[in-house]
Amino acid sequence: MDKNQNITDIAVSCSNVSKSYKDVRALNKVSMEVPRGQIFGIIGPDGSGKTSLFRILTTLILADEGAAAVDGFDVVADYREIRKRVGYMPGRFSLYQDLTVEENLNFFATVFNTSIKENYDLVKDIYQQIEPFKNRRAGKLSGGMKQKLALSCALIHRPSVLFLDEPTTGVDPVSRKEFWGMLKKLQKENITIIVSTPYMDEAGLCDKIGLIQDGEFLTTDTPRGIIGKYPNKLIAVESNDMHQLLIDLRANELSKDCFAFGDRHHVSIDHALTTDSAATKDIIREIKSFLLNKGHKNLIVEEIEPGIEDCFMQLSQK
Amino acid sequence: MRQLLSFVRKEFYHIFRDKTTMLILLGIPVIQMILFGFALSTEVKDTQIVVLAPSHDEASERIIERLNGSAYFNVAGRISSNREIEDAFRSGKAKLVVVFEDRFGERLRHDGKAHIQLIADATDPNAATTFTFYATNIINNYQQDLMGAQQNPYIITPEVKMLFNPQMIGAYNFVPGVLGMIIILICAMMTSIAIVKEKEKGTMEVLLVSPMKPIYSILSKLTPYFVLSCVNFGSIILLSVFMLKVPITGSFSSLVFISLLYIFVSLALGMLISTLANTQLAAMLISGMGLMMPVMLLSGMIFPVENMPMWLQVISHIVPARWYIEAVKAIMIEGLGFMAVWKDVCILAFMAFVLVIISIKQYKVRLE
Repeated sequence: MDKNQNITDIAVSCSNVSKSYKDVRALNKVSMEVPRGQIFGIIGPDGSGKTSLFRILTTLILADEGAAAVDGFDVVADYREIRKRVGYMPGRFSLYQDLTVEENLNFFATVFNTSIKENYDLVKDIYQQIEPFKNRRAGKLSGGMKQKLALSCALIHRPSVLFLDEPTTGVDPVSRKEFWGMLKKLQKENITIIVSTPYMDEAGLCDKIGLIQDGEFLTTDTPRGIIGKYPNKLIAVESNDMHQLLIDLRANELSKDCFAFGDRHHVSIDHALTTDSAATKDIIREIKSFLLNKGHKNLIVEEIEPGIEDCFMQLSQK
Repeated sequence: MRQLLSFVRKEFYHIFRDKTTMLILLGIPVIQMILFGFALSTEVKDTQIVVLAPSHDEASERIIERLNGSAYFNVAGRISSNREIEDAFRSGKAKLVVVFEDRFGERLRHDGKAHIQLIADATDPNAATTFTFYATNIINNYQQDLMGAQQNPYIITPEVKMLFNPQMIGAYNFVPGVLGMIIILICAMMTSIAIVKEKEKGTMEVLLVSPMKPIYSILSKLTPYFVLSCVNFGSIILLSVFMLKVPITGSFSSLVFISLLYIFVSLALGMLISTLANTQLAAMLISGMGLMMPVMLLSGMIFPVENMPMWLQVISHIVPARWYIEAVKAIMIEGLGFMAVWKDVCILAFMAFVLVIISIKQYKVRLE
């Protein structure tokens, strides 16, 4: 049978995958499907099972139940085949710290039976940024540069699926933005990218996302689709005493949920109360006067569009 | 093949860039040879003794003269009463006290029988035994000379000949021991640590998700330590021949052959340890407990295996160093050829085979 026949339009799929460590259930009947050429984001807090899922898909650990396939190959039976065609960047920096940048890249190129020259065009954009330091030991690089080197090493054999486990954790905001720019470019090379992150703001950059918590997908959809399904109205509130504000808002019977979001508090109002825009305006006015009575100053209360994080909060409340 | 070469090169980088470790690896054999060769010598030479000879007669003075005149002892002083004996040991002045009884010469002449008491510091029992053995010999010699003068018709003279090592040089014993220990430690301990390091640092995770065959990554881990061990083998042999003057009396090619086999066994052992341990510390402990102790204690390197209780002798059979050291002694010291050590070779080959099979079976292609 020709190997290429195995390559379907579904790059990664898994169904009902479960994994337990002793008495901790890391993954509970997880299912997903990622079409070729998409960026799929797995988004959830630490300990939600992201790394376990990555390790199952990259054939590093075995699932207790369920089946998974990458490029049409089963992760258990055809693990050798998968190891030839995927690129994997673990959450922890996993290159040789005592080898130089160039030696690391060279080593991983030969491990995958290729050379830097052969696929230079693919890594060029990324590698050029660290090339001035090619004789520096990898252990002496800055966080952002380490990450670029790790990505170059994971890409050097032109993988068909790229697994990036929390690539932007601990990386500064500018480098993070840059990094997502690189991913978008790779996507154009028809590389499927599975990326996990604890940062909700990166979710919007994916084609499709899965929100994961306690080993279960809360939902998988496009970022827009998830936001569209947000059932409540959302208002943002700000005052001179943010701590007291949170307490007061939670005490108010109109607010369904209230969370601190950076410099503002997000209050969700049950959709039953906000059937039209006039009703919403009334509620905003009501909350405003309630807070003024409590003695809050510099008060701002306004309706906002929900973000992925709001959706995550709402879904994880269930 | 290119994969393998690149991997081996990477392993050499790891070793060469960790200067301290490399220095230790190459320095240990040299230091051990020098330590064992000069500092930790068990040979008896110029041992300080103290004499208690109250009678000051001719016979006792003759014996003292002979003791002092031998290469083994130096009379460091004389004491005049039994009470001072303990002081002589306590102050460190004496390792052996020779006590002649009252009127020693007179009794010897009249009764034909006199007593000498040898009191040795037995905190080191081996040394104490050796001291008394040498002292007794010297006294016996004197006695025989005395008898010879009196024409005693019945004399049985046991003539002791120390075969293969007539001068009882300690180096003859420890060179094979050091070889056996250094090789197994560097091969097994260092390779297991090197493999486990990849697990601990997370690089194993990336390596596993690659087309690299496990056997390649193992082979390339073993190669540098194989080379290092060969270098160490060379330096130990050079030091022992030129510095300690221990000749290789037997077949050199047999020695090299069995050493290479032993290196291989040790490497396989390291592989096995690496499949059992998940951290460098664990690998260190397992090889420390599992290798260093048995090799030092059960290989015959320091204590003769034949004198051990039965159950320890049984355990010693599974210590590869025991067979290797036995074979090296046979070849280097006794000057025997390959035919004399074929049994050891077979045992080591069998061990290598079993270890390789187990560790390949145990090798994890996944993280857990």
